Amino acid sequence: MANGTTTVNEKSFYQQSTNKYSGILSWLLTTDHKRIGIMYGVTILFFFLVGVILGVLMRLELMAPGKTIVDAQTYNSLFTLHGVIMIFLFIIPGLPAIFGNFFLPIQIGARDVAFPRLNLLSYYIYVAGALLALLAVILPGGAIDTGWTFYIPYSIRSNTNVSLPLLAAFVLGFSSILTGLNFITTVHRMRAPGMTFFKMPLFVWATYATAWIQIIATPVIGITIVLVILERLFGVGIFDPALGGDPILFQHLFWIYSHPAVYIMILPAMGVVSEIIPTFARRTIFGYKAIAISSLAIAFVGYLVWAHHMFTSGMSDTARWIFSLLTFIVALPSGVKIFNWVATMYKGSIDPKPPFLWVMSFIFLFSIGGLTGLVLGSLATDIHVHDTYFVVAHFHFVMFGGTGTIFFAAIHYWFPKMFGRLYNDKLATLGVLGFFIGFMLLYFPKFIMGYMGMPRRYYDYLPEFASLQLISTIGSWVLAATIFFIVGYLIHALFKGPKAGSNPWGGVTLEWHIQSPPTMENFKEIPKITHEPYDFSQLKEMKNEYS
Amino acid sequence: MSPVPTQHVETVDFVMLYIVGISVILLLGITAVMIYFVFKYNRKKGHQPVDIHGNIWLEIIWIVVPTLLVLSMFYFGYTGFRDYRDIPDNAYVIQATARMWAWEFAYENGKKLDTLYVPQGIPIKLEMKSADVTHSLYIPAFRIKEDVMFGKTTYLGFTAEQVGSYDIACAEYCGLNHSMMYTKVKVLPEVQFNEWLSKKDEPVYPTEMEK
Repeated sequence: MANGTTTVNEKSFYQQSTNKYSGILSWLLTTDHKRIGIMYGVTILFFFLVGVILGVLMRLELMAPGKTIVDAQTYNSLFTLHGVIMIFLFIIPGLPAIFGNFFLPIQIGARDVAFPRLNLLSYYIYVAGALLALLAVILPGGAIDTGWTFYIPYSIRSNTNVSLPLLAAFVLGFSSILTGLNFITTVHRMRAPGMTFFKMPLFVWATYATAWIQIIATPVIGITIVLVILERLFGVGIFDPALGGDPILFQHLFWIYSHPAVYIMILPAMGVVSEIIPTFARRTIFGYKAIAISSLAIAFVGYLVWAHHMFTSGMSDTARWIFSLLTFIVALPSGVKIFNWVATMYKGSIDPKPPFLWVMSFIFLFSIGGLTGLVLGSLATDIHVHDTYFVVAHFHFVMFGGTGTIFFAAIHYWFPKMFGRLYNDKLATLGVLGFFIGFMLLYFPKFIMGYMGMPRRYYDYLPEFASLQLISTIGSWVLAATIFFIVGYLIHALFKGPKAGSNPWGGVTLEWHIQSPPTMENFKEIPKITHEPYDFSQLKEMKNEYS
Repeated sequence: MSPVPTQHVETVDFVMLYIVGISVILLLGITAVMIYFVFKYNRKKGHQPVDIHGNIWLEIIWIVVPTLLVLSMFYFGYTGFRDYRDIPDNAYVIQATARMWAWEFAYENGKKLDTLYVPQGIPIKLEMKSADVTHSLYIPAFRIKEDVMFGKTTYLGFTAEQVGSYDIACAEYCGLNHSMMYTKVKVLPEVQFNEWLSKKDEPVYPTEMEK
């Protein structure tokens, strides 16, 4: 891979700006992909913590039957906002916007993304969308109470502020599309000499596959949202059955985006896993091509399964079995990845540092999420557990246990590179453990409640669910406390942590060849790529220090 | 007589057990192998790592075997679904209407009430529509649900084998009192059901809203 590109102790990108300003303006007007990645990081982390707090409030309300802390209307807004914030502001942009921005150019040996100014614009579009969503909460009329799925006709009938958060989602979509466009162009045009597609790190592959979904699927939700707003304002009668429209059409259009969006959320996470395992097992990845191709397979087959969200919707029975079959097929590439990851540990030299522990936790939680997806893909069982806590548990295992866990894995893996500091390994190990215990307590009981017949989005519930609901609420305290604990020791490490050195883990992808934190232009000379991405024989040639 | 409320329950529980059984084996297998590797190939033991780029036979095995497994899951799921959606032509039809936030069930003789009474052992077909937004009629004990919509009639079928009383819930979010749309399905022996149906003095809608 790179040969001697490192000179440690040059000015880092924190000390050198891409524009003529200093201080805050040097950040707000920056075109440096690393600074933009960090700005996304701060903003997204803020909204994630807001979403966590909303989730804790929901669990508090559900701690006991009847009214506990809020009334039904407030509860309905709570779960809607929790969903909207977590999906549109945290988990869809999360990994690509923060770590994709920071590391995709570096991993392919580029100095920046293809369109740096467009990249900054994407950030501001994200901020504008987020502000619109917040505005909708503050304005009179009441916070949106439709659920994040905005199902018609309820979203037409609701008297709360529905149009504004919809507009926010519409605006956020542009940020997603432009980021996708930027990454695709970057991958095609900016790779360092010698970096063929099959020499790219798997995080780049995954982000690349994700970018295609972002630009192809997102316009569908954009158009759908505009139609819902028109329906609310002018009653055009496309979706509203009272005006001759078709509410199932809305569900189709909504899920044609929102199912692929699930892969926008999970694919980059899978890419991060494919980076972390080889580094800590210090051997090449098992089945590189299988993992790379399966990302593309997921991206494309993922388009064809949307209607499995609609098995009880009144859609035709023929459509139901076709989508059931396709859904089972899309499970296969994810399985292939898991088997290849575990095989990568075989005959490695494994150092289970915190990022690796996060990945182990991920493999367990995500497998539960994936396998329970089979219950939902099968028609007979889905009819029973559809729209129950079983679904809630399933998608939290996939999204939070999957992408959320890897969000933390990615922070712990790349923290030394991004900030040049190390965090305390013991505290970080405690963090993984607390997260895992809290997570299982919070979400596992929901599988049982779901099969017992506990419908989702319920303000109140029958007495037979009381004890499991209580366990779940206790889990939410453990989980939330752990998350704040993690944020706490990371912020501490940011200022007081020991210096990291350029390669603390002994990684070999390009970001570990340059100093921590990187210089403004990443590479003094664009490296010539001769090795495959996970060739650890380079470690000997790499003159960098690593512990 | 079967000990389950409907035959369909047995089918669904079997499919569930089948999928969960295979899933638990896979999950425990993956987890055990992973943890074993972490101990066996721990860096502290000082092994030289071996670069293994892949193995085409392993890739084929872990594509083909899961494919067969998921196809069998699809098959069981599909047949279980088919059985429940095929409602005999002579099924006893009851009209169900959902509104924010109550149910109403109407019988052929004009009787209407908010609790669903059905005869034991006779196939029932609920013809459902909504007066406002989308709801979903869900009978957890029977393992069935179907959305109820404005402007379109959907249906739900079952044959209750056991006399008893079971919960009906709304499973599609429909606003403020979505969680309070509970009512009951009451299964009566056929003779008693006919007696109940013919009585005009029996409380007509709205009746008791049992929890």
